[in-house]
Amino acid sequence: MSPIISVTHLSKTYGSGFTALKDVSLDIRRGEIFALLGPNGAGKTTLISIICGIANLSAGKVTVGGHDINADYRAARSLIGLVPQELHTDSFETVWATVSFSRGLFGKPKNPAHIEKVLKDLSLWDKKDNRIIELSGGMKRRVMIAKALSHEPQILFLDEPTAGVDVELRKGMWEVIGKLRDAGVTVILTTHYIEEAEQMADRIGVINKGEIILIEEKATLMRQLGRKQLTLQLQERLAAVPAVLEPYRLTLDGDGMRLTYNYDTQGERTGITALLGDLGNAGIRFKDLSTTQNSLEDIFVSLVRRGA
Amino acid sequence: MNFTAIRAIYLFEMARTWRTLLQSIVSPVISTSLYFVVFGAAIGSRISEIQGVSYGTFIVPGLVMLSVLTQSISNASFGIYFPKFVGTIYEILSAPVSYLEIVIGYVGAAATKSILLGLIILGTAGLFVPLHIHHPFWMLAFLVLTAVTFSLLGFIIGIWADNFEKLQAIPLLVVTPLTFLGGSFYSVNMLPSGWRTITLFNPVVYLISGFRWSFYEIADVSLAVSVGLTLTFLAICLVTIWWIFKTGYRLKN
Repeated sequence: MSPIISVTHLSKTYGSGFTALKDVSLDIRRGEIFALLGPNGAGKTTLISIICGIANLSAGKVTVGGHDINADYRAARSLIGLVPQELHTDSFETVWATVSFSRGLFGKPKNPAHIEKVLKDLSLWDKKDNRIIELSGGMKRRVMIAKALSHEPQILFLDEPTAGVDVELRKGMWEVIGKLRDAGVTVILTTHYIEEAEQMADRIGVINKGEIILIEEKATLMRQLGRKQLTLQLQERLAAVPAVLEPYRLTLDGDGMRLTYNYDTQGERTGITALLGDLGNAGIRFKDLSTTQNSLEDIFVSLVRRGA
Repeated sequence: MNFTAIRAIYLFEMARTWRTLLQSIVSPVISTSLYFVVFGAAIGSRISEIQGVSYGTFIVPGLVMLSVLTQSISNASFGIYFPKFVGTIYEILSAPVSYLEIVIGYVGAAATKSILLGLIILGTAGLFVPLHIHHPFWMLAFLVLTAVTFSLLGFIIGIWADNFEKLQAIPLLVVTPLTFLGGSFYSVNMLPSGWRTITLFNPVVYLISGFRWSFYEIADVSLAVSVGLTLTFLAICLVTIWWIFKTGYRLKN
């Protein structure tokens, strides 16, 4: 299946001379949730801005639904809904008016039934006659999503969709995004909440200093880069790791009461069985053990540090 | 042509007018009425007729033009600057609309407001002085042409400005003085020849002269020159806007 968004050798240099994107190539598959991760200033928002038509590209090519974003901008943009990072709203308009305005702006005829559905899906129906200035931050964020969905886009860009919203509302947003994906909408989100990407994304891209440094299926990424830790709580204090256990590269901490073993889940052998046997032979007893897996956040931090 | 989008922008901008009715319509009407009281009744009664027209009547076209010029610039510059300031411009730039459609929406709304205002001021003037419009078609043509041209100029200023000070600078420091010195309150022919020559470099002279001719058939310069120069200014504004959108100046970079 052809990608719904194709970015080829895209570069962006601002008038100041700052290069925000360097030869970025990226395909977004139809119907997926793609999470774009990156530290502040990595180029995430610039990339989204170019695809959506807010910023000009310096070099390269971008197509949306097979339409060039410059030569065939009407067809390309009509497929896209954008929820920007900042809460840009018309404070004195009502929710209904601003969402209806967005639909009209995209050239779609009036459809009160659709606007009603969008507002109800986002729990905004009872606020439809309120002016935006009267709404809470979380509600304003949902109004932004409602505006983006007002013209029934096939692609939804969410730039930091849950920044500054509380945990409950964040989970509500995730549900909304999940429903959109189920309805066939392609979702591209940038986020600082790694948990968000881990929870929702099908694929993950990492951008740093204007370059894409990784694009991978989330599951594969977790498998390939995921490492586990085995932590043993000892029964008796240990002064040092015995020489016989040196091959395992154990870490002794917790005032000599805790041993940590790092192992690769993808390896043929984890070495756990042998370790436990050797611990017994060395007379080291433990009262508890636990394992933890590296989170996506660890992977992300490791990738960004490697690129730094 | 995305007419639905043009309509959406136009109605959105017009809705702002109704929300800010006091500022948009009532305030200019009050200040113009004060002009009539001061210049028309108080001072005007002591000034002799100009080219057969009483002073109070003579200044009506100039006062209408003064308001239309300043309000066109103000409406259009604020209309496009405000979305830039609060960030909602992202929605306009990411929508499937052409530059022409954006301009028609914003400038159309700004010009509509100015024309309505001009007509209201004209009606208000009728309460103070007797009015007779010799060439209603030309009067409307000049009104529309001026409103559109200066709304385009306002649109350019709104895109150029990156703070409120700049937004106000050109209207206050350039346009208002040019309007006052452009024959709103006097005939250019009343000036000494040296000043008259200098005044003819002021483009507003041609607008007011043409507009006044449509009322009383008296003009400082010929009708053809007035129309020609107004159209030239319109063309300059259009080319500037075309360049702004082509390069993304202050919008996309």
